[in-house]
Amino acid sequence: MNQILDQFLNFQVMGAAFPTLMAGLLTTAEICVVVILLGLAGGLGVALGSLHSSRWVRWPSIVLVDFFRAIPPLVLLIFVYSGLPFAGIRLSPFAAVVIAFLLNNSAYYGEVYRAGILSIGKGQFEAARSTGLTRAQTMLYVVLPQAVRNVLPDLLSNTVEVVKLTSLASVVSLGELLYAADMARSVTYNASPVVMAAAVYLVILWPLVRLVSRFERRLSL
Amino acid sequence: MCGAKRMSPLERFLDTFLNPRVIGKYWPDILDGLIVTLELAIAVVVTGILVGLALACLRAVGIRAANIAIVCFADILRSLPPLVLILLIYFGFPNIGIVLSGPMVVYVVLSLVLAAFAEEIFWAGITSVDKGQWEAARSTGLGFAQTLGYVVLPQAVRLTLPPLANRAIAITKMTALGTVIGVPEILYQATTAQSFSGNASPLTLGALAYLALFLPFVVLARWLETRFAWRKA
Amino acid sequence: MKRPMLEIAGLFKAFGENAILNGINLKVPTGELVFVIGPSGSGKSTMLRCCNRLEEPTSGAILIEGTDICGLGVDINAMRRKVGMVFQSFNLYPHLNVRSNVSLALRKVLKLPRAEADERSMAALDLVGLAQRADFFPSQISGGQQQRVAIARALALEPKVMLFDEPTSALDPELVGSVLAVMRDLKASGMTMLVVSHEMGFAREAADRVIFMDGGVIVEEGAPEAVFGAPKHERTQAFLSRVRG
Repeated sequence: MNQILDQFLNFQVMGAAFPTLMAGLLTTAEICVVVILLGLAGGLGVALGSLHSSRWVRWPSIVLVDFFRAIPPLVLLIFVYSGLPFAGIRLSPFAAVVIAFLLNNSAYYGEVYRAGILSIGKGQFEAARSTGLTRAQTMLYVVLPQAVRNVLPDLLSNTVEVVKLTSLASVVSLGELLYAADMARSVTYNASPVVMAAAVYLVILWPLVRLVSRFERRLSL
Repeated sequence: MCGAKRMSPLERFLDTFLNPRVIGKYWPDILDGLIVTLELAIAVVVTGILVGLALACLRAVGIRAANIAIVCFADILRSLPPLVLILLIYFGFPNIGIVLSGPMVVYVVLSLVLAAFAEEIFWAGITSVDKGQWEAARSTGLGFAQTLGYVVLPQAVRLTLPPLANRAIAITKMTALGTVIGVPEILYQATTAQSFSGNASPLTLGALAYLALFLPFVVLARWLETRFAWRKA
Repeated sequence: MKRPMLEIAGLFKAFGENAILNGINLKVPTGELVFVIGPSGSGKSTMLRCCNRLEEPTSGAILIEGTDICGLGVDINAMRRKVGMVFQSFNLYPHLNVRSNVSLALRKVLKLPRAEADERSMAALDLVGLAQRADFFPSQISGGQQQRVAIARALALEPKVMLFDEPTSALDPELVGSVLAVMRDLKASGMTMLVVSHEMGFAREAADRVIFMDGGVIVEEGAPEAVFGAPKHERTQAFLSRVRG
């Protein structure tokens, strides 16, 4: 028992690793902010594209979404980070992470928006158009507000996934939370820093996960 | 390589990302990786969904202590990044005498994560079935387990199929994380071949292998969504 | 005097602080149709649901042929088979066709082989005039037909008592008649029935006894002509004048 505590809950090791981990958390937060904000915007574009009346816009959008849903994000990240330099495109780890996760998440957010827009009845479009609103105005003022409210739990749950996804950045040596923890682990030969990182993720994400479940239950009634 | 100067941009692109010589040499490695990924994926999907279903059914019984434990399990595994768990078990557990192989760690972690998500999805499905269905079934003398098995679950599963399919795909894709702890799956084979060959083509090949494996299921999930769209009675 | 088929004795039911039933005593002899009326919230549905233990009584006894279905060691699923229940919202299983809706309990509770279960299901469907709809799904037939299937589902188990919880309230007016016709046939065949409904015309013609409930107690009971024609109690009069508009 003592051995387990010493290995996984060694407060001395945790204390020493704490500043590094907090610096890592800051990087995690930076990635999150950029990927979530750009992803929410990109996803909207993807959704509008996949619902476009012209098949020349619609089908490429859908193919692109399915492509990024089939490719594991880590594969995309490694391709961007260590594949592109062969073609002379050299990106910083941060830029590579942002680009890879943005591609991945625009597809996922796009699917969520799409489901939301499809959940709005045709009557709403017709009513708005009949009052003289343009197609864009109808989307912006009538359809999207309702659509987003309908899929709020899914948007939130996807955002939780983005935060978890940032841990993959450690693979390309970007100093985010998990990377900092794993470095501390390999220096101290003690798993406590990783346990501490897990605790940080839990503290941040558990409330959001609970919220998602709450939302879902309310909507299903 | 002074020859590179005479290449057009397209030729250079093809030479870098779709080099026939490199592909010819390394495709058997990628195929080996594909088989490992496929085996892991099947094991994870079967285990994760069965465990998730069992937990959701147990939750329907309504034992307070059991339900608190199930909810905590599901919440924690949905909150933690799988890579954290993989590193923790693979590098941390040997220090307390528990040594698991790389593939075993990936299998255990991803199965538990899928079980957590599947439990929540099945539970949402079970609670979405109208209370009248329980009452009608119980009023004809069907027991709890019979009502769950013959009346409630068949209806719940229809509703849960699309989200379950999407979640199962997202989690089986994470078998790629095994590369971090040396599991010889597709990505591991591709990055190894890339560093040996000094050429990005194995990565392209790896990406194609993932597409071949997962794209059919992504398309199937999309079809399920239109087919079994959530219908409000 | 012969033993009543269904007897409710000193039935109390409360949800937390909220008392719904405040001591119900009722005997339904074999072959009688007892009709229950009363304002919403009077506890009539709760009383019915207690008879099938869909609600657990707080205290009191429900006896079917003299056996207390709330007693310890009673096989509740075996008892429920003796008490058929028809719901306001039909509650047919949407994923099963009409025949399977009826045969499910025959196969899983009575453990009949499929052929025999199907045969009995078809006989029950024949009684409600829907044998030709056996292969349809609930979503493909009308509300009135769905409710008749629900009646067949209960009848197939050969219950001793049938409980009807507002069986026609969810139906369009033109579909009510077919369900009432089936209930009329059932009464003629000697079934013991306890019916909660607003179909006063049906009560006048088919009921042996009418019960008026309010505030969780039986306020008045008697023959239909007596209760409808000359209600003794003030609350009954008020309710009937409101219903008649």
